[in-house]
Amino acid sequence: MNFDILGSLPLIVIWLALGVVGIIIQAFVRSDSTRLVYGYYIGTLVTTGLLAAATISNQGTAFGGMVTLGGWAAVFDLLFCGAGVMAMLAAQAYLGRFNSELDEFYTMLVSSVAGMMLMAHARNLVVLFVGIELMSISFYIMAGFFRSRDKSLESAMKYFLLGAFATGFLVYGMALLYGATGTLDYSVMLKVIAAGTARFPVLLALGAVLLTIGLSFKIAAFPFHQWAPDVYEGAPTVVTAFMSTAGKAAAFSAFLAVFGVIMPMVKVASMTPTLQLVLAVISAATMLIGNITAVAQTNVKRMLAYSSVAHAGYMLMGIVAGTTFGQSAVVYYAFAYTFMQLGAFIIVGLLEREDETSLMISDYSGLYRKHGVFAAMMAVFMFSLAGIPPFAGFFGKYMLFYAAIESGFTWLTIVAVASSVISVWFYLGLIVKMYFSEPNPETHEANAGLAGISLAVCTVAVILLGIMPRIITGMLGN
Amino acid sequence: MNIQVILFSVFAIGAVASAIATISSRNPVASAMSLVAHFFMLAGLYLTLEAQFVAAVQVLVYAGAIMVLVVFVILLLNLGKEQQLAERGSVIRLTLGSFTAGLFALVIILALVASPTGLNHLAMNAVDIGTTEAIGQSLFTQYLFPFESVSLLLLAALIGAVILAKRSMKEGA
Repeated sequence: MNFDILGSLPLIVIWLALGVVGIIIQAFVRSDSTRLVYGYYIGTLVTTGLLAAATISNQGTAFGGMVTLGGWAAVFDLLFCGAGVMAMLAAQAYLGRFNSELDEFYTMLVSSVAGMMLMAHARNLVVLFVGIELMSISFYIMAGFFRSRDKSLESAMKYFLLGAFATGFLVYGMALLYGATGTLDYSVMLKVIAAGTARFPVLLALGAVLLTIGLSFKIAAFPFHQWAPDVYEGAPTVVTAFMSTAGKAAAFSAFLAVFGVIMPMVKVASMTPTLQLVLAVISAATMLIGNITAVAQTNVKRMLAYSSVAHAGYMLMGIVAGTTFGQSAVVYYAFAYTFMQLGAFIIVGLLEREDETSLMISDYSGLYRKHGVFAAMMAVFMFSLAGIPPFAGFFGKYMLFYAAIESGFTWLTIVAVASSVISVWFYLGLIVKMYFSEPNPETHEANAGLAGISLAVCTVAVILLGIMPRIITGMLGN
Repeated sequence: MNIQVILFSVFAIGAVASAIATISSRNPVASAMSLVAHFFMLAGLYLTLEAQFVAAVQVLVYAGAIMVLVVFVILLLNLGKEQQLAERGSVIRLTLGSFTAGLFALVIILALVASPTGLNHLAMNAVDIGTTEAIGQSLFTQYLFPFESVSLLLLAALIGAVILAKRSMKEGA
């Protein structure tokens, strides 16, 4: 058995830290363990992230082919852990203001990161399933963390019911694939398909479709996006920040791995062009619906939620392309998107009042007078989300558009450009509101505290990735 | 016609009938009881596939433990008039639902008809796979990693249940 102990360290460390040491600390430290648990989990995420960064070149498999090591799975680990740390830093003050800081919140956050890592590393449908469920269950609980607030509970309930529904699709798809190929292992599945010994080609295609539907729920792609705005609006803002970025990136990491198997699979049923076309239509519809609906929003959280739907549409373009370059584009965009969206949501969380007001776009008028730094950072994130150079969002979109044109989806690129233009309307609208409107007298004092570190990292990353995209593409080795 | 086919038909028809009864019944308790029947039928299907362990667990966990919880919840909700919860399904929803289900069934039937061996596809070594010993062995060798990961999943669900059930946010945290 080839067992790469060094390469599997990120997985082992987070597993032990969460499942063994973390529990012992919480069980036996009596007096005010919150500080300790907080520091401990930040340390866990930092260590895991560093280990992942160190093992990127260390490619291989472990645990009998259940997981892949190194490569872009490790690059995604870095993203999850980084986003986790930034969300943790922002969460402390936020939860404190709402008087609901509990150790368990941090445990849930780290367990969702563990789930994401399983999704990115999975090379077996069972591991993928466990990873998705681990991430989703942690998210359901975090979404409903403000139990005294109806909106938070509604958000958790909606997310839970629709998530369970999506899980049904996923498991059904996996079962059909198992029935057709007799295995759950991606590489063995590929061999079975290549050898032409798969038993029911129609079941293969049906399984692939169901699996795609299940994953589309998780990335909130049209027509499975309706849950996203309600859930993102109702959940505590730091939770929204984390699940709309890292959670989406995790779903895309699974998408990338699974499509390495699904594409040859539909080829057997000679349906590759059909699947590509269906995905392209989904991608186009997702970005159009997301951006057009975002224009009409008056609530910042809801606007960003719809914009996050639209960005899933952009990222799907890289999957539609199906090329190596398209995959790199998706990974790069996942990083760019995470930094800009996370930063924007953290600012929204800082300006939010304890009674859940001050979330309207009109509340942001003249923000630069009172919170000059916040306004400037928000402007950077908005420019980047709109895809204006030199920020990371621009280069990400450039890569995705290029990948789509390269594989002959020029019409999709035209739709994407058109919807980007629509998106400029509301992104720049917020900037105009912040800089060219009379100040809102009711803007409250906001103290960034530790969240300031997250914001600084996000801002620097958005600018740096835009100027030097090789930071990410270099890690992927092309 | 051998005994296996007869048993399969009995369990399969029973499973589909009880599933339909579960979703069409207006009385929640009747729905729950139909679900119990459905779980038993499924266990029977597993038995015809030589999966004794899964069949036993199906009865113990689903028909036993989980259904007790479901019935308890119905009891605690204290619906008063039993019909209160039931909502008349609209005609559009009913048509669309049946249409989708029918389409799905059609695709699967087509797939089975198109396959050279048809329904008769029980693997030769099925008898060995279904035993407790074989399941235990593969759980602790080939599937060790996902098996251990499931413990993290259960841990997360457990902590989540504690969070959601805690009475107040700042109570002996």
